[in-house]
Amino acid sequence: MSAGCVSPDGKLSERAIELLKLLDEKGKISASEVAGLTKRPLFQVRSSLRELTEAGFIACEGEEYRLTEKGRSALY
Amino acid sequence: MEEVKEIISMPRIGDQAPAFEAMTTMGPIKFPDDFKGQWVVFFSHPADFTPVCSTEFLAFAQMNDEFTKRNVQLLGLSIDSVFSHIAWIMNLKEKTGIEIPFPIVADADGRVAKLYGMLHPGESSTATVRAVFIIDPNGKIRAVIYYPLSAGRNMREILRLIDALQTADKHGVATPADWVPQPQVWEFTEENTKVIVPPPTNYEEAVNRLKQGYECIDWYFCKKKLS
Repeated sequence: MSAGCVSPDGKLSERAIELLKLLDEKGKISASEVAGLTKRPLFQVRSSLRELTEAGFIACEGEEYRLTEKGRSALY
Repeated sequence: MEEVKEIISMPRIGDQAPAFEAMTTMGPIKFPDDFKGQWVVFFSHPADFTPVCSTEFLAFAQMNDEFTKRNVQLLGLSIDSVFSHIAWIMNLKEKTGIEIPFPIVADADGRVAKLYGMLHPGESSTATVRAVFIIDPNGKIRAVIYYPLSAGRNMREILRLIDALQTADKHGVATPADWVPQPQVWEFTEENTKVIVPPPTNYEEAVNRLKQGYECIDWYFCKKKLS
């Protein structure tokens, strides 16, 4: 299911870009930390991170997330 | 011939909250995984653009900070599309200035409503009753409340129930009738004594409704004092 961060044609939403920029800045970060920093509800952050992970823009390592090469390319 | 009746099961206190994936007004969710570690008040309302539901959503919105302080996430649901939900909450924002700060599940096919036993055919076969499921941080259902279509819920009672459950968990106690965490006066004003005028069911009535002297937020949402 999409319509959150990544559109069916692969286009990233403003929320997705915001999250990718944050991961780029912080390196590795947990969902709770993202929620605290962005002031977004935790459920929404988890949903967005899952979607971005499934689309290959970020990777999950334990409780933390980091940007992938695909994610970095989307930003720069 | 023996009559065959469909038996609709509903989750009960102590059960794990049934899992589902759905679209909401704040994006897609995977329930209850995305809410792990938080309490959830998962509540259904009969339909968007209906007056009693509007009063409930506005009341929930105004108390959202109190729920947040208690690590509670509100989550609404009705058998409507996400576009209908969005149009409704934008209408509420435009007419009252109040933003709905929690997600509403779009359940146009009633799949989630059936999963949670929110459809009570004796009351309505197409609209969900006013169900409330209080789900703890481990995804277990801790309390269930049902209200009929005609009576709006008391949001302070839902908050009081959250306080009671959290206090019971923290201190290993039970709470008596009318227990509250600290002495308080629940203020009810003149506004609380007003009743809802049944909404118009056709265009002509809707156009005329705003001219009939009721206190109207919009054509579907009018109140009056009982004489």
